[in-house]
Amino acid sequence: MDFGDSPEEAAFRQRLRDWLRDNNPKLPSSSTSDEYWDGQAAWHHALYDAGFFALSWPVEVGGHALPPVYDVILDEELADAGAPPRPSVGYLVHGIHYVGNKDIHERFIPGIISGRERWCQGFSEPNAGSDLAALRTRAVRDGDEYIIDGHKIWTSYSDQADWCLLLARTDPDAPKHKGISAFVVDMHQPGVTQRPLKMINGITREFGEVTFEGVRVKATDMVGNPGDGWKLAMTVVSHEREPGELGYAARYRKAVNEIVRIVRDDPERFSPDQLRDVAWAIVESQMLSHHVSRRLSARLDGITHGPDGSVDKLLMTATEQAVGHAALAVTTVDPDHEEDTWMKMYLYSRAQSVMGGTAQIQRNLVATRILGLPTA
Amino acid sequence: MDVRLTREQKALRDSASAVVEALAPRTVADLQDAERAAKLDAAVAATGWRELRSADDDDQPLASGVEAAIVAEELGRGVADVSFIGPLLAEDLRRRAGAPSSSSGAETVALTPTLDTVADAAEPSATAIDAAQATAALLARTRGDDIDLVSAPLPGTQTRNDLTRPVARPDLGAVTAVSDAGPLSADDFTAWSALAVTLTCADLVGVMRGAVTLATEYAKVREQYGHQIGSYQAVQHLLADAHVAIEGSASVMLHAAWAVDALPAEEALASARLAKAYCSRAARMACETVIQVHGGIGNTWEAMPHVFLRRALHSTDLFGGTGASLEAVLAHRIGDGHGLR
Repeated sequence: MDFGDSPEEAAFRQRLRDWLRDNNPKLPSSSTSDEYWDGQAAWHHALYDAGFFALSWPVEVGGHALPPVYDVILDEELADAGAPPRPSVGYLVHGIHYVGNKDIHERFIPGIISGRERWCQGFSEPNAGSDLAALRTRAVRDGDEYIIDGHKIWTSYSDQADWCLLLARTDPDAPKHKGISAFVVDMHQPGVTQRPLKMINGITREFGEVTFEGVRVKATDMVGNPGDGWKLAMTVVSHEREPGELGYAARYRKAVNEIVRIVRDDPERFSPDQLRDVAWAIVESQMLSHHVSRRLSARLDGITHGPDGSVDKLLMTATEQAVGHAALAVTTVDPDHEEDTWMKMYLYSRAQSVMGGTAQIQRNLVATRILGLPTA
Repeated sequence: MDVRLTREQKALRDSASAVVEALAPRTVADLQDAERAAKLDAAVAATGWRELRSADDDDQPLASGVEAAIVAEELGRGVADVSFIGPLLAEDLRRRAGAPSSSSGAETVALTPTLDTVADAAEPSATAIDAAQATAALLARTRGDDIDLVSAPLPGTQTRNDLTRPVARPDLGAVTAVSDAGPLSADDFTAWSALAVTLTCADLVGVMRGAVTLATEYAKVREQYGHQIGSYQAVQHLLADAHVAIEGSASVMLHAAWAVDALPAEEALASARLAKAYCSRAARMACETVIQVHGGIGNTWEAMPHVFLRRALHSTDLFGGTGASLEAVLAHRIGDGHGLR
């Protein structure tokens, strides 16, 4: 049991640290500033081109085949350099990799990993949120193609996306989980309409909704077989719950570092209650880092995902919301902060217990899949 | 980095678990069974776990903080009424002072009356912890910049809040020097405190695991409105939160256990204090949840949940609870003197 760096890991850390000194774009966070997106693609390319992205993915798809714990080093160094977190694409790659055939892998995964092609995920709908299998978007076969009609919502990064990993119902007569298939849909075509949604903190480029009207997709762009959509969706969402996959530990560590700097400048401005919120943010974000180390180490046993992802998601949520409360403490002593960053960070943190499966859904899964409690 | 337990560490966990399964109390009535408790004590003595931190031939501990934490967690899981942390910490002090192992094997440590740190012989009173079968307790005597290790006899034990680990009031009028013990530095005590705080965290993780397992099994069999109560989301979510708190606690505790021997003393103690803040908050929540899930029966003396809660509260108090640990976290990152009060 060793939390320390091996010689190879230490060398990697040093190389990364040296690179970050000259290559940190110092972008604002995507959760608090729309400007992040103007530089995000360049950041992804830079990380990838320098060999610091997709560390644990196979070489064939553009990765480096390193042990998963290298992502912990990446997250720590990005945070401590004040650099943006690594782009979160692993959950898409996992889903496509698990369900798709070789042709799909070769055509799409390298572009996701290199960041040359931008992706969004078309799962949720206005009437299919927690109950995702209730989705109504239809894909109807027409020769070598399918024709897609439907409405997707809570689509992160839809305004950036070149491609959408879309779930649609291909068999309306099958039981609701079984009639769903997954497609790769070109976002740049007639019939696709993207509209941003303004979040409670005012940012507009994180979140969107997309309508598909008579949109055509080749049958060969189906991921897996007809009816495999649910399997793919469950793979994607289980990885989407894992902070090790998302790199969010870096986001929280960076925010906590900044908050600690502000408090250290003049601690007398803070009340005991505010200091307590800051202290819990320190504790929670450190907990999450250690937890991610534990979970990524477990992958060395060949475990990739399972119900423990729900535990991770709940711990990640507790961390983000504790950091949010610390940010709120800073807001009150720093009300003139020009960008209102801390209030935006706090407000954004409320979404973490909803997105990627609500905290209540995660608790259901922990209770039934891990604790073995009966279902009603 | 590879934070999986090694094969040897897993084997140690399994042996500790086997002792707990065979001999730890399963009912409150079992706590009165002196024959069982004596067998448990003999089983633990036979394993040498209390000597994990004794000196090897190079004056290094026989095992790391991780092994000590593995045993502490398993004993906590079974609310084992046997001494472990106290004697192990006494041996760790002896090793640091260059003194030989305790000849009697019946030695623990004495803390201040608030239980937050090692006792000083100049103070009017002290509390020896984990005092079952112990006849003496180690404590400190300050002499300039140095700290000497001294020993005080224990006249007899008393059970306070924790029904599984009695305390004792050392006779501070009869303090004697520890043979062949050299002076200890402040740094020695920092490193020793890191181990001490970490072991209380490991005990808390174990107590939570044992308690939440008990409540989960109960929720699978207790029926109301014609269904098992564990099928209701209101009950499921309570237990899910407790389970999540255990996993977060295990992650911070494991880092602290590794840090005991791998990081400089100040950093090791910082990791331990952070872990203690997290684990002690989690443990009170989890153990209170376990009483709630048990309903009326959970509020009776004969049911086990209060044994877990009481042990958790005692381990929380040992070497600083939630508030003191949180202040230490803040002091480490922000600087001293900005209290939370």
